[in-house]
Amino acid sequence: MTTVESHDGKRLLEQLGASDYGKPPLGCMQCGLCAATCPLGPAMELPPRKLILYAAAGNLEPVLSSPALWMCVACYACSKRCPRGIELTEGLWPALRDAAMQAGIQPPAELQETFQNVLKYGNVLGKSPRQRLDWTKGLDVRVLDLSREPRPVDVLWLVGCYPSYYPRNQVVARAFARILTELGVSWGILGARERSPGECDRMFGEEGLFETLVEQNRELFDKQDFGKLVVLDPHAFRALQSFYPRFGAWYPVQHYTMFLAEHLEQLRPLIVRPVEAVVTYHDNCCVGRRCGCYDPPRELLQLIPGVKLVEMARNRDDSLCCGGGGGGMWLDAHIVAHGGQRLSDERVRQAAASGADTLAVSCPYELSRFEDAAKVTGLEERLKVRDIIELLAESMELGERSVS
Amino acid sequence: MNIAVVVRQVPDLIEPLEIAPCGTAIDLDAASFILNESDDHALEQALLLKEAGGGTVTVVALDSGDVDNTLYTAAAKGADALIKISQQDHAPRSPRTAAARYAEAVKPLGADLVLVGVQAHDELDGALPPFLAAAMGLPYVGVIRGVRAATETGAVIVCKEFPGAVMAQVRVKLPAILGILGADQPPRYVPVSRIRAAMKSAQLSECEAAAPQREPLVSVVRLVPPAPAARAEMLSGSEAEVAARIADILSAKGLVK
Repeated sequence: MTTVESHDGKRLLEQLGASDYGKPPLGCMQCGLCAATCPLGPAMELPPRKLILYAAAGNLEPVLSSPALWMCVACYACSKRCPRGIELTEGLWPALRDAAMQAGIQPPAELQETFQNVLKYGNVLGKSPRQRLDWTKGLDVRVLDLSREPRPVDVLWLVGCYPSYYPRNQVVARAFARILTELGVSWGILGARERSPGECDRMFGEEGLFETLVEQNRELFDKQDFGKLVVLDPHAFRALQSFYPRFGAWYPVQHYTMFLAEHLEQLRPLIVRPVEAVVTYHDNCCVGRRCGCYDPPRELLQLIPGVKLVEMARNRDDSLCCGGGGGGMWLDAHIVAHGGQRLSDERVRQAAASGADTLAVSCPYELSRFEDAAKVTGLEERLKVRDIIELLAESMELGERSVS
Repeated sequence: MNIAVVVRQVPDLIEPLEIAPCGTAIDLDAASFILNESDDHALEQALLLKEAGGGTVTVVALDSGDVDNTLYTAAAKGADALIKISQQDHAPRSPRTAAARYAEAVKPLGADLVLVGVQAHDELDGALPPFLAAAMGLPYVGVIRGVRAATETGAVIVCKEFPGAVMAQVRVKLPAILGILGADQPPRYVPVSRIRAAMKSAQLSECEAAAPQREPLVSVVRLVPPAPAARAEMLSGSEAEVAARIADILSAKGLVK
C-alpha cells in the first residue's frame, strides 16, 4: 500500500487551487462557516475547516484516515456559504477521498459494493442490465428504445437507476413516460444500454470510475440524434451539466422540472383533476442550492388545482439535504455509527411542521429516503411523499396507484 | 516468499443461467463472467503475505470470460506478474484438464506457495486444487481461513476450518498448495484509476495450453432448471384476523404450542 507523505497535503490543496473548481483552498481564512453550516459538521471529528487546516499544514494522514472523510453528503451548504468562494463540495471532498483511496485507505464497504455495481453493471443497484426495461412492463404508451431503433428525437430521456429498477420509483418512470407522450414530444430511451452517468462516483472521489462512465456514455450518446437529454435525477443533471464538459463531452441537458416548466402552457389544458393536498416542496441540493433553480418545481405544483403550496421554514438555498448525495445514499450506517443523524428524518419533521400533508420531491433518492424517514419518525399517517411527476400525472388522469 | 495465485472466471449469477440446447450444459455464450469469490480471497491472502514479508505475487488465469480485466485489477492491487493461458480448444471440460493447464504455467515459476480458491460456484466439489496439487506433485491443504509465515523459513502456519467452525492451526512445509476459503481480511477495493493505469502499464504474458482435453470421469446426463417454489401466501383482513392466521400457521408447523 502507498504511504501518505506529509508534504502531499499542501500539494493537494495547491493542485486543487490551480484547477477551476472554485477559489484556491489555501485562501481559507479558517472562519469556520463551513463547519457550522454543515448539517453533519457537529458529528465530524474533522469538519471541513479542519480538513483544510490539517492538509495545509502538511498533516494529511489524520485527514485521510478520519471517518469524517466519508460523511459529506454533497449538500453544497459549505460551498454556498464560504466567504472565500472555495468549492469544498465538488473540489475539496472528492480530491481528499481520491487521495485516501490512492493511499490504500478503504472506503466503507457499502460504497465499495456500489462502485463495483456501477463498474460491472452500469447501475448502482447491482441489477442485470437486461432488466433495465422492466419498468415498462404493462405500460400503456409506446417506449422507443433508441439503442435498438435509432431515430431522431427531441428528447433522449435518461431514465436513471432507481426509476428503472426500484419498484417505488418505477411508478414515477411510468408516469413520466405518459406525460411525455401526452405532451406530444418525440422521445426515446437507451434501454438496456443505458448506464449511470456517475455523479455520485465522482463526488465520492472515484474519479477513474467516473472517467470510465463518461467514455461509455459518450459513445452511447454520440450514436444518437437528439435535441436534449432530460433526466429525473438531479445528480445526473449536475454531472452532465458540469462534469462531463470537463472531458469535452457537452450535451444540452435538463432536469425534468426545468423541461416540464418550459411546457407549462401545453400542460395547463391537460391538468384537469383537482388534487386536494397541502403540499410542501423539498428543494434538492443539485438543482436547488447548486444551480439556483427554485421556481420551476413550484410553478409545476401551482399548476395543479386543489394544491395548496406551503413552505418549510428551511427552503430554497437554506433547504436541508435528504442526506443521500455524494454517496450518502449508501452510508446511513456509517454516518450514524460516527455520531451523525439521518438528515431525512429531520427533514420529514420539518415538512410535517409546515402543516403540509404531502411532501413533494423531484429526486429519485428522496422518495425512499423520506418514506422510510416518515415511518421511522411516526409521521407515516400524516405525511405522504410524492414526486412532482406523480402529482402532475394524477391531475392529468395518467397516474396509477403508488406502491409503497 | 514467491507466491502464485490461480484465479478462475465463473458465470455471474446476476443473469439467470440458461441451459444450452444440448441439455447437458449451461449456455455460457449467454452468460457474463466474474472472478470466482474464493479466488479473490486467495489473491488478497497472497498480497497480505507479500506486504508482511516481501516476495512476489504472480497471478495465473485461463483465458475465458472477462479475464484481462481480472488480471489488470490484480496488478492494480499489487500483483507483480500476470500470466494468461490461451486455449485453442476453448475452456476445459473437466477440472483435471484445467489443473493440467494451470500446472504447466505454474510449475516453471518455482513458487514457494500456490494459492487458489477452495471451490468455485460452478465447481462446488472443489476438485481443481487437489488435481493441481497432484499434477505438480505438491502437498495440498484446503478450507483455509488465513495464512501467516512461520518463524522458521520454508513453512507457513495456516488456519484450517473443520465442520462446526472448529479451527486448527496447521504448519505446512513449503512448497505447497493451499485452497483458500477466506483471506485474513476482505478483498481490498482498488480505485478504478489504478486499474486503468495498470491496463496501460502492466505486462500480461501469454502462454499456450499444451495439455489436451481430458474427458470428465463423470458425465452429465441432463440439466434441469430449478422448479419455481410455491408462491408466498399473502395474508389479508383485519389485524386480529391476520394475527390469528399467523398463530394458526405457527402452531400447524409446530413452532408454538
